[in-house]
Formats: sequence, C-alpha cells, structure tokens
Amino acid sequence: MPFDPVILWTDALVYLLVATVLAIGWHMQRHTHLLMPWRRVTHSASGMAALTVLFFFILIGLLDTIHFRPALDKVSDNSGEKVYSVEVLSLFDIIVTPLRIRVEKTYSAPLSAHLYTKETVELPDGSQAREFTRLTFGGAHLEDPEVQRISDITERSIRGAAWGLLTWSLIVISLGMLLAKRGKINFLPMQSKIWSGATETPWHVIMITLGLILILLGIVVTLSTHYHVLGTDKVGQDVLYQSLKSIRTGLVIGTLTTLIMLPFALLLGIAAGYFRGWVDDIIQYTYTTLSSIPSVLLIAAAVLMMQVYIETHPEMFETILARADLRLLFLCIILGITSWTGLCRLLRGETLKLREMEYIQAAHAFAISHWRIISRHILPNVMHIVLIAIVMDFSSLVLAEAVLSYVGVGVDPSMISFGTMINAARLEMAREPMVWWTLLAAFGFMFVLVLSINLFADAVQNAFNPRIKTLSERASRSSHRSGKMLPSNLPPSRPASAAPPPEAKNNKVHS
Amino acid sequence: MMPLLEIAKLKTVLNTGSASIHAVDGLELKIFKGETFALLGESGCGKSMTALSIMRLLPEIAEIIEGHIKLDGNDLLLLPETDMRKVRGKRISMIFQEPMLSLNPVMTIASQIKEVLKQHFILHHTHLHKRILELLQQVGIPDAPRRMAEFPFQFSGGMKQRVMIAMALAGEPELLIADEPTTALDVTIQAQVLDLMRDLQQRTHMAILLITHDLGVVAEIAHRIAVMYAGEIIETATCKDFFQQPAHPYSQKLFAALPERAKRNQGLAVINGNVPLLSQVFQGCRFAERCDHAWELCRQTVPEWIEITPGHRVKCHLFSKENRSEYQVNRAQKQTTSSVEAYQPTPHQDSALLNVTNLKIHFPIYQGLFKHTVGYVKAVDGISLTITPGKTLALVGESGCGKTTVGKGICLLIPVTEGSVQFNGSELTGLTRHQLRKKRADFQIIFQDPYSSLNPRMRIIDILEEGMNALLPDDPHRIKPEQPLSSYQKENRIDELLQRVGLPPEAKWRYPHEFSGGQRQRIAIARALAVNPKLLICDEPTSALDVSVQAQILNLLRTLQQNLGLAYLFITHNISVVEYLADEVAVMYLGRIVEKGYVDEILNTPKHPYTQALLSSVPAIEATSNRPNRTHLKGELPSPANPPSGCYFHPRCPYVMPICRNIYPQKSTFSPTHSAHCYLYSQNQNSA
Repeated sequence: MPFDPVILWTDALVYLLVATVLAIGWHMQRHTHLLMPWRRVTHSASGMAALTVLFFFILIGLLDTIHFRPALDKVSDNSGEKVYSVEVLSLFDIIVTPLRIRVEKTYSAPLSAHLYTKETVELPDGSQAREFTRLTFGGAHLEDPEVQRISDITERSIRGAAWGLLTWSLIVISLGMLLAKRGKINFLPMQSKIWSGATETPWHVIMITLGLILILLGIVVTLSTHYHVLGTDKVGQDVLYQSLKSIRTGLVIGTLTTLIMLPFALLLGIAAGYFRGWVDDIIQYTYTTLSSIPSVLLIAAAVLMMQVYIETHPEMFETILARADLRLLFLCIILGITSWTGLCRLLRGETLKLREMEYIQAAHAFAISHWRIISRHILPNVMHIVLIAIVMDFSSLVLAEAVLSYVGVGVDPSMISFGTMINAARLEMAREPMVWWTLLAAFGFMFVLVLSINLFADAVQNAFNPRIKTLSERASRSSHRSGKMLPSNLPPSRPASAAPPPEAKNNKVHS
Repeated sequence: MMPLLEIAKLKTVLNTGSASIHAVDGLELKIFKGETFALLGESGCGKSMTALSIMRLLPEIAEIIEGHIKLDGNDLLLLPETDMRKVRGKRISMIFQEPMLSLNPVMTIASQIKEVLKQHFILHHTHLHKRILELLQQVGIPDAPRRMAEFPFQFSGGMKQRVMIAMALAGEPELLIADEPTTALDVTIQAQVLDLMRDLQQRTHMAILLITHDLGVVAEIAHRIAVMYAGEIIETATCKDFFQQPAHPYSQKLFAALPERAKRNQGLAVINGNVPLLSQVFQGCRFAERCDHAWELCRQTVPEWIEITPGHRVKCHLFSKENRSEYQVNRAQKQTTSSVEAYQPTPHQDSALLNVTNLKIHFPIYQGLFKHTVGYVKAVDGISLTITPGKTLALVGESGCGKTTVGKGICLLIPVTEGSVQFNGSELTGLTRHQLRKKRADFQIIFQDPYSSLNPRMRIIDILEEGMNALLPDDPHRIKPEQPLSSYQKENRIDELLQRVGLPPEAKWRYPHEFSGGQRQRIAIARALAVNPKLLICDEPTSALDVSVQAQILNLLRTLQQNLGLAYLFITHNISVVEYLADEVAVMYLGRIVEKGYVDEILNTPKHPYTQALLSSVPAIEATSNRPNRTHLKGELPSPANPPSGCYFHPRCPYVMPICRNIYPQKSTFSPTHSAHCYLYSQNQNSA
C-alpha cells in the first residue's frame, strides 16, 4: 500500500458527527413533515448564500480530516516491509502540495517577488551589499520583476477568472438542465425562471455566490502556482496554506466543543427546570460554583496538567501530529466542560416557563412519562435557544482558542490555527515596516466563516419557528400545496358551526 | 348641534409584507358632547385601530391614507406632531385594556400623574400635589394621601384601572377613549369601574368613546352605539333602539349568540365562517358570506346607509324600501322556526361520578436561607362537590378564588394537601403516578387559553395521538384489546374525532398556529375526547373567545354531552354561560364554597350575599329594565395567604354582623339540593 491510514481522535469524532448528520438526513427524508422546515431553510436567500460559502469551508475541513502516512520511496526495513513517513499528511495537504513545500527564507509580502527584509549578499565581484533578495519560488519565473510583475499578475488573474467563469457556466448549464428535467419544462424558460427569482429555492442567489467564489478561486489557483498570494510568514511558510489549514482547527473546536457541552447543558438545564426541588438545587449549586471560578484559570490548570502528562509519556504517540491532536481534543473537552453553564441557565429558565404551559399540563393529564414530556414537548420548544447558543458559542469558541493560544495553553504550537496565526502576527505588528498580511488573512477567513454560520443559523431559526412566517411564503405555500394543505387563512370547508356532522350523531359512541 | 368628534371616510391600512390590510375602511362617526358612544365589534374588526387613529398613535407599519378626524371642527390629521402632543392627554385621553401593562412599574402613582399635569398645565408644586390628591379621590381610591406615594405593584387590578382613569382625567379631557376598559377585570370590579365612569361623566360632561365587544357593558353605560364589522360601521342607533330592535343581521346574530337562560334547551345561533380577511377587496356587503338573508344584490352592490327610525341607521339591503316588507315577514317566520331544534334532557341518574370531600390544596410560602415554611396560601380550603354522570356542575367565582386550582387538583395535576377525590367510587388521592395512569383516561381537562394549550411544534395528528398512545383507551372497533391500535385505526379514529368537533379530517396535517382561537379550542376538546373520558373539566374554555365563537364552543359542548353522556365540571366567571349550560352551580369565594344548588335555585333565589352581589354585578342586556336593588360590592378579594377571620366574606358584606367576624358559619340548608354558608339563615346544627 502506498500509504498507511491514520485515524486521529478528532478525526474519529468528526466522522461520527458526519455519520450522525447523514443518518438524521436519511431519517428525515422518509418523514416529510420533519423535512418541511428544512425546505423552508432552502427558501431563504441569505441562508442559501451563506450555505454556499460554508460548503467550501466544510469541504476543506473534511479533506483535511482524512489523514494518512505516505510510504517512503526506496526504503524498506529488514523484513521487507514498507516504511512509512513519520509525517502525517491529509488529503488536503496532497492537493495543495505546491503551497506546502515551497518555503521561502522569511517574510515576503503578498504577490511579491522579493523578500520583505534586506539581506547581505555577496556580489559576483566579491563585494557585499544589502538588498532585497529574490524569492526562491515567488515570482521566480520573471526576468525583471520590476517591469513584468504587474502585467504578469494581471494576465494570470484574467486567465484565472476566465477559468472560474467557465467552470461556473458549466455548473449553471448542468444545473439548469437538471432543474428543467425535474420541473418538466424546457431549458430556456427554466433559466428565465431562475434568474427572475421565481423559483422556490433562490437559485439565482446561490448562482451569484457560487460565481463570485469560483472566480476568486480561479484567480487564487492560477496565481498561487507562481506567487505567494497572501505572502509568507517568519519562517517562510505560505500564509494562504496556513489560513486554509486553520479552517479545520476552527471547525473542530467549534463543533466538537459544542457537541461535548450540549449533553451537559441540555440534560442538566431541562432536568433542573422540569423537576424543580432538590434536583434543581444540586444543579444550580454546581453551575454557580463552576461559573464563579475564573474560566481561564480552570482551563489553564487543566491544559497544563494534560501537557505534563503528554510530555512524560512520549511513547504513547507515534507522530507529532497525534500528540498535537490529542491536545486539541482535550482542549475541546475542557472548553466544553467549562462552558455549558451559560446555556444550562438559559434552558433552566425556559423550561421553568414551559412546564407551566397548558399543553404540558394536558400531557400530565394523559399520564405521559416524564421522559416523553421532556423529549416531545420541552426539547423541541427549547431548540431555538440551543441553536442560537450553538452559533454564538461557535464564534466565541474560535476566539477563545486564539486567546488561550496567546496565554500559552491553547492548541499545540505545531498545530496551525487562527489562534497561532494571530499570535504570531501580533508580535510583528509593532515592526517597521509592518507585517500586516498574516493578521489580515486570519481575520478575513475567520470573519467569513463566522458570518456565514451566523447567517445560516438565522435562516434555520426563522424556518423552525412556526410563528415567524412571511406572507409571501404563506401565499406560495397555499398555491403550491392546495391538494393536501388547506389554505391557512380560510376557514375549513365544513362551516364552523357546532352542529355535529350527521354521521357522528347517528353513530353514538359506546362509552 | 356641532359634534365634538367627527370622523369621515377614515381609512387606515397596515402594510404587512405583500398584502396591505385595510384595518379601518371608510369609517364615519360623530360623537357629541357629554355622551357615551360605544363602538361594538368582535376582535379583529378594527376597533382599536380606530382609537389609535384618532390619537395618531398608530404602529409604524400602519398609515392613514384617507379621511378626516375633526375635533371641534379642527382636523387632527393636519396638525403637526408638536401640536398633536398638546391634544393627547389634554383634549383626548385614552385608557387601555390591560391596567397591569399600562403603568410604569418603577414610578410611583403620584409621579406618573404628575408627568401628565406638567405636560399640560403650569402648576406650582403645592398645587400639583393637591391636584393629584383630588384626582385620586375623584376616582375613589381610599386613603389617597398615603397611596399616591406607592408603586403600581401595591395596587390591585381594579385599583390600577382607577389610577389609569385618574391619569386620563388629569388633563380634563373633552373626549375619553376607553379601549376595553373592563375586559381584564372581574364582574364585581367591572361593575365598580363602570359605575365610576358613569358617575364621572355626569360630573364632568365629557364625551366617552367606549370600545368593547361586550353587549352587557354597552347596555350599562352607552347612549349611542355603532356596530363595527370588518373595518366599517354597519349600524348606528341609540342604546334603547338597538337593544329593542337590532336591525342588521349581524347585530341580531350577536344577540342570538349570547348564552342565556331562555335558550337553555336549544342550540345557540352561530355565525357561520370567520371574520373575512381585511386584505381582500370587497365587492358588495362584507357580511354577505355569513349572512342568512343574503341574496345576489348583497354580493354585488355595497349597501348604502338607510335610516329606519330617526337616529337608527343601518347598512343593509334588507331595509331598502322595496325589500323591507318582505323581510319583516321572513323574520317573523324565522323566529318561530329557530327554536325547533330542541334537545331532550338526559335521564336523571343518582350515583355520583365524582365525589370530592373536604378538598384542601395549600401552597407553602418559603422564606429564608434554608427555605423553611412560614405560612400557606390556602388556595382551596375544604370544598366538597358531587357530579352525577351526564350532568354539568358550574363552579363560579372571581379570579383568584381558587377555581382553577380545584380543577387541577381534581385532575391531580397539583398535589392535594388534604381531603379525598373519589371517581366512580375509587379513591384517587394518595395513588402513585403509575397507579394513577390507569385511571387518567376517565377524566380530562380543557384549558382556558387555546393559544398555550397546544404544543406549537406538533402536528394536530401527533397531538391527538399522544393521549391515545399513552392511555390506550378501549376502542369498540378493536379486535384484540391487548394490542395497541394500528396506525390505520388510529388515523380513522382521529378523523372521527375531528369530525365530531366540526373540523375537516385534513386538518390533522397542520400545525396549531394555522388555526383560529375557536378552532384551537375544538382541537383541545378533541384531544381530551380521544381517550373517551367520562368527565371533562372545562377551565374557562370560552373566556378568551369572541361571543359568536363562544356560542359555537358552547353548542359543541352541549352536543357532546347529549351524544356521549359526558359530565362537565365547568369552571367559569361568566354567569350567562352558567345560565345556559349548567345543571348545578357552586359559588366559590376565597377557597371555599359559599353556596351551592340547582341552577334555578341559585339564580332565582340566591341566598348568600356574595351570590346576590355577583348576580347583580353582571351587566344586564335589557337596557330598559332598571333593576331595583343593585348591591355592588365594595373592595376586592382578600389574599388567600391571609384570609379574614370568621366568614371570609365579612369585610365586603353589606349585612355584616358581629358574629361574622369571629366564626365561619355552618351550612344552612334550604332544600335537599340548595345550601349556603351564612349567618343570615338558620344554621344546621348537625352538619359539619
């Protein structure tokens, strides 16, 4: 085998998460009424635009999750077995190999052909001079960067944009054909329908977003073969590569921490609000105590303990990445355990309100078990709070990681993350001339990621809240599903008089 | 005579999303000095929007697109905002429905009134103080010098409404707009507030625009009436004319839908369908869709104003010259046929279905660090009830007297402190949750608020199935009783249930928010019926609904009782519903039953002073009859945490005697079924 698959701890959990999402999706596919709110999500323009952006982030994150160790060429051990590299790579690493291996000496500005600092070089005549040396890879193909660079970049950008546009139009045409086939109308009317925004799902918004992304992607891809699009950092690594690698770390911290925190918050919060009494007392005292300890202190203590353990047991880890990964997982767990209190308190309050609602009382009158009341009546009615809390936490967790990395208790220094990037950039902000691109890159990527998640969550929340519904949606629904659904505003077909239907009158119930 | 307020062709639209809603559509009215003008209509017909248009306090999405609102000849709609501020609170002031929400909780009463005075008058500090005191005394707040420095939470609901009225009077307005001023209040308090308003009007000669849905309130204080339907006025008349002979078919239906004693054994008239959507463009009469007398002309041409008698105008084709005589004949026939559909009374059974003896429900009051009990709120303090199968017992009382707690206690939704609840001869108190499970199917509860009694995230089919799954009722169609119902049978059963409560079977796929209040209450009833109960506890099931919808629900409940032999414990504060539906009545005051008996006994010969007061507080619909001895109660319900000594009612009782203050009275029996607890009557020595 040319490679040896490696499944790290976080990988396993991410796979589990993906499997769960797929299973839920499959389950919902078979229950149309569960699918309805998600259909409404697809009708939201901002939500679908955000989802298109998110798709690329998630794709990169997933590609970066498939880890393996490549086999070393021409090397085999005594027994003839293949020997695998100690370096663990991901599928994503392989795709962007040029970015990964083309390392410069030190800082260089975005799209530059020279280093950012002057170096002492020996001239052919033996004398020494200080000058900006040419980069080993960035713009190396240019004869005279001063003259050619701008025109070369422009030309490549246009070429890249053209490629992007081409890909985009292919996608538009194939999607148009698919939709036309499904809608059983011709291709051209379908196109006019899409671009006038007459479709239920706002395809035109998705298409425009996709177009912008693809053009940008085309430009970046064509440029990055001969330039460092976002410059290089102190040790000459490509910043674009670092930013892309950070996406996985951010997603993992955001999702896994929430996943770890959620059972605590849900179970304890709802139990406290629903059962009251001593259960409530114990849970309240627990989270009051936990939240009065400064969380940074608690996290620092836990991380340091774990760090000592890892360092005294080096034999447990085959590779550096495995060690860094375990540290990331523990960071998630520690963040999860310390951050459930806020959501727990919110859920307790909401449950206290809900348990007095009359439909809960009615459920009690039907002798429905506590577990079913919690799972069928209370949980669905607090889900909007959970959803909002998850999104709010997601961004704050990504930020918390940056802060913790600064204190020195964040992710492993060898792991690339937005936190370590910002931390490194912070040191160079005071420098003259300023190194600004690392910070800008980290900021830009984080901003787009968090913004698109926020927008998407907004759309989800609107779709799941049955009371928030715009009139236009209502109108479109009644016209589309007049068969099964009644138009919601009109009275039912039977006049709403209290006179019983004749069949009910004759057919007296034997009670 | 120049009208004080004249509204002409007022059109107010709400711009919501794609369709704009014509909340007020071509409204015209005139209000003269010193008169009370009532604007009557069901919810959603644009009454409140009219009031807000006059005050120019419309929400942001609303705008007035046409019309004039003239106050003493000056068009308010042309005034700049700064001048309008001088009109609000000074020349026109307004009181709102919910006194709890219209006072600022962090300001004292005096400072809130002071704000109004400072805005409109230049007064010296001492004068200001004197004026506030005067206003509070004017609206009958006892001990005003001390209470004016208190905060709203220290006032009860009725007192808060008085404070609101005092604030509205502070500017000495020429017109007072009262938007449902007594809807949130109890009957006894409502009677006090209406007395106050009538009294104030006689003294100050201001005009009152009263907005209400309650015919009773209108009959009590209004001089002239306008009936509003779907954004426009369809009938105006003097109070006398209107109550003697309502002209518009809608007004007539409103009267017919009122539950009362005379209609006991017949169905109430219902208005078919719902109030039309105001976003549509109307062609012809707006009521035509729901009108029994509608014909082609009604659907095509908008009716013009027709004057029947001087001052009595109506917008209906029936009264145009060519149709008039024909209609009168029709109407006479209609009246004779309307009472044909009479119900047969159910045969009398003597064995008790539910027997409650000496039920007590006390809530402990905790205090301090270790939460030790310092006292009890005695919400229910020793009541006994009996319900026979197929009969209705009404539990009547003011809010806060413990009615709802009794209902929930009987359902064992809250722990019972003491006493016994026997259902069909078996004791229910003291059973564990598991043991109780088997009995739950026999008694079910319907709640007051149809908006919070259905889980918004569940479809109707899931809501109805839940009880069936949990309790597995014995179904006659089932072959093997041990097996749970198959999903097909369940769906059949759900369709049957929905039809029984008058909803189409397709409704089961929808979510609760897609239904109106009345339809939701039908679903709640269907949910309770799903497990084939023998007893339904109805906790004010109609008090959140409009009159016409209330009639539908009451008819439904009555039909269900006829067909299924259900017994009802009907908890209500609405006496007319009691008159219509109940077989027996128990009157409750502060956790105890003060009088009980058959409905005729209680309503014809009320013995307890509280019952008498409660009955006389109910506004009479017959405007002409001036009932002789109106005993309007003073004061309000005391706190059940600290009830008065002796008879609980003595602080408010007009016939109080020294003995009342010391010992709670024993039972006085008037007939085998009629009894009361009062010292005015001879006490039973042997009964406890």
